[in-house]
Amino acid sequence: MAGKERLLLTGNYAAAYAARDADVDVVSAYPITPQTTVIEKIADFIASGELNAKFVRVESEHSAMAALIGASSVGARTFTATSAHGLLYMYEVVWWASGARLPIVMGLVTRALGPPWSIWSEHADFYTMRDSGWNLFFASNAQEVYDLLLISYGVSENQEVILPSCVGWDAFEVSHTYEPVSVLGREEASRFLPPKGSFKPSLSSEEPGSLGNLAYPPEYLDIRHTMRQASDKVLGVFREAAVRYAKLTGRDYSGMYECYRCEDADTIIVGMGSIMGEAYRAVDNLRDEDMKVGALKLWVYRPFPYEELYKAVQNVDTIVTVSRSSVFGSMSPIGLDFASLIASRGLDAKIADYVAGVGGMDVYAEDFVGMVKDAHKNTGRNVWWVR
Amino acid sequence: MSHRMFPKEEYILKGHAACPGCGATLLLRHVLKALGPNTYLVIPACCTSVIAGPHPRSAFKVPVLHIAFAASAAAASGMIEALDKLGKPANVVVWAGDGGTVDIGIQALSGAAERGHNIIYICYDNEAYMNTGIQKSGSTPYKAWTTTTPTGNVSFKKDVPSIMVSHRVPIVATINPAYPNDIYEKLRKAQGIKDGLKYIHAFSPCPPGWRYDSSLTVKIARLAVETGIWVLYEVDHGKFRLTGPSKNLLDKDKRKPVKEYLKLQGRFAHLREEDIEEIQRLVDAQWESIAKLLKEQE
Repeated sequence: MAGKERLLLTGNYAAAYAARDADVDVVSAYPITPQTTVIEKIADFIASGELNAKFVRVESEHSAMAALIGASSVGARTFTATSAHGLLYMYEVVWWASGARLPIVMGLVTRALGPPWSIWSEHADFYTMRDSGWNLFFASNAQEVYDLLLISYGVSENQEVILPSCVGWDAFEVSHTYEPVSVLGREEASRFLPPKGSFKPSLSSEEPGSLGNLAYPPEYLDIRHTMRQASDKVLGVFREAAVRYAKLTGRDYSGMYECYRCEDADTIIVGMGSIMGEAYRAVDNLRDEDMKVGALKLWVYRPFPYEELYKAVQNVDTIVTVSRSSVFGSMSPIGLDFASLIASRGLDAKIADYVAGVGGMDVYAEDFVGMVKDAHKNTGRNVWWVR
Repeated sequence: MSHRMFPKEEYILKGHAACPGCGATLLLRHVLKALGPNTYLVIPACCTSVIAGPHPRSAFKVPVLHIAFAASAAAASGMIEALDKLGKPANVVVWAGDGGTVDIGIQALSGAAERGHNIIYICYDNEAYMNTGIQKSGSTPYKAWTTTTPTGNVSFKKDVPSIMVSHRVPIVATINPAYPNDIYEKLRKAQGIKDGLKYIHAFSPCPPGWRYDSSLTVKIARLAVETGIWVLYEVDHGKFRLTGPSKNLLDKDKRKPVKEYLKLQGRFAHLREEDIEEIQRLVDAQWESIAKLLKEQE
């Protein structure tokens, strides 16, 4: 089994190792807390010669993504990382990257949005990308950061897909927490990754063409529909890539989520990110009380894996959805997603929708226990904010 | 001055969507002839986004990356670095309007200049947001009419070439479509310098925006130089020199009155005699600054 090298890494360093092992050509980034140690580590790799890449030290996040659009359009493998306000500042070009069908990979250290200023974790920034056409993955620990970033290249650069990917992970709980991480090294990683230069560059002076020029409504519709068709292939490509990755590493993401003690569960807690460790602990506590509860941690958020998730919830009475994002005027993002799953499959499971962990608030097993018990009392509200 | 034998190859094809008499298209035709086919264009939102023609066709025989308004210099930075990494040397050229340069794009331009990326950045300056319908930009001249300055612009045109000089980029130059030989020489020189950003600011007459007949583009472009309101110059590694006909215009008597330039354009039709005199004084003062600068450099 490859990936024997185990290092003590933070989530951010794990991301830098993934960029190193993916042998990226061009990195462009602008510093923002808590993303900074990702790009500092990459700068170290380049300075030491461990990574032969160009680092474009831009003057803003808008320019960071624009630089990758320029680089990716001529065939380079690219990487950036950002967080919160950085993502929102680059937001215009985030959509440009997906619309232009460029296989850019980005790390997003999820952080609450101001005002008031907060550097702590929340997923509101991540959810703003929901409809952008990017593939969206979420890691709940440093190992998953490394693995999902490498798998992202396998998905994004697949000729059937050619869409950008973003992996999110929590500020501080993951970004700055040291954990043992198995890394492949470049040679092993190259056995998994698509060969460098295997995707056809959009632009070349040998075959002059144009990327992104004006499209009248029928052509615009056609281009967007083609993008939708590519997006529809992502889950299949992800599964195939994850199976190959599992053969190489023993770490299997092909299920697109991890379901803990779900087998006979009538109630499932659903969420993503670092708080899910406490959700698992809550499951153990509730099982001790003879409650049939499981917890489901999403790795793949977009495209939303309806079919795969249906398998997990088809026999469940209650789904406790937990989004780490302040939300106004509707159910939470994960609540809405599962409501759409239930409605579209004609299931009659009840959804109890919660917002928790806003602005970096810790979420403990007791909180999840409370949510599950609360969910079984139907109070008729749509969404609860926890603490 | 004889017209240089430009390469016969055309890189702007028939069927492009420019207005008749478009100064920008005339400029780009000569720019691409000077640079040749191994040239990647990066174009933010501007008239040329439309001139290039609709998908799936392109009116340009070079690769084009269309990009968001504020993003062109950064996209070009990433592109040149990628081409360098991939071992594919080429010209990477930003072709942006004045709004995309002096206003919304100036941050990215400043960043690319400071980083010293090997790109040619050309601002074709038609002195307002023309593609959206003639709104005032930071490059609109004093007193000019636009749809958002209906009684005349009260602020002064932003001097972005000087801002670029202060970034210590290797080349800052101005060009004008009435002087293709000057365009050719400046672009070929810029192409040969690899250790930094080359900034070219182009005078770009606009018949619908400036309210003049489309047959007058070259005449107006020439008058801009002859009256001294547009100066042809180059700053090569910090050293300023006048080029082309501007070389002979230090003496005020050699310059035509600015009125000859202004009176042909509807955007200046509302000017009173004292407005024209004020603009003349501003132009004369600019030339005095140039004379002083040249003296200091000696």
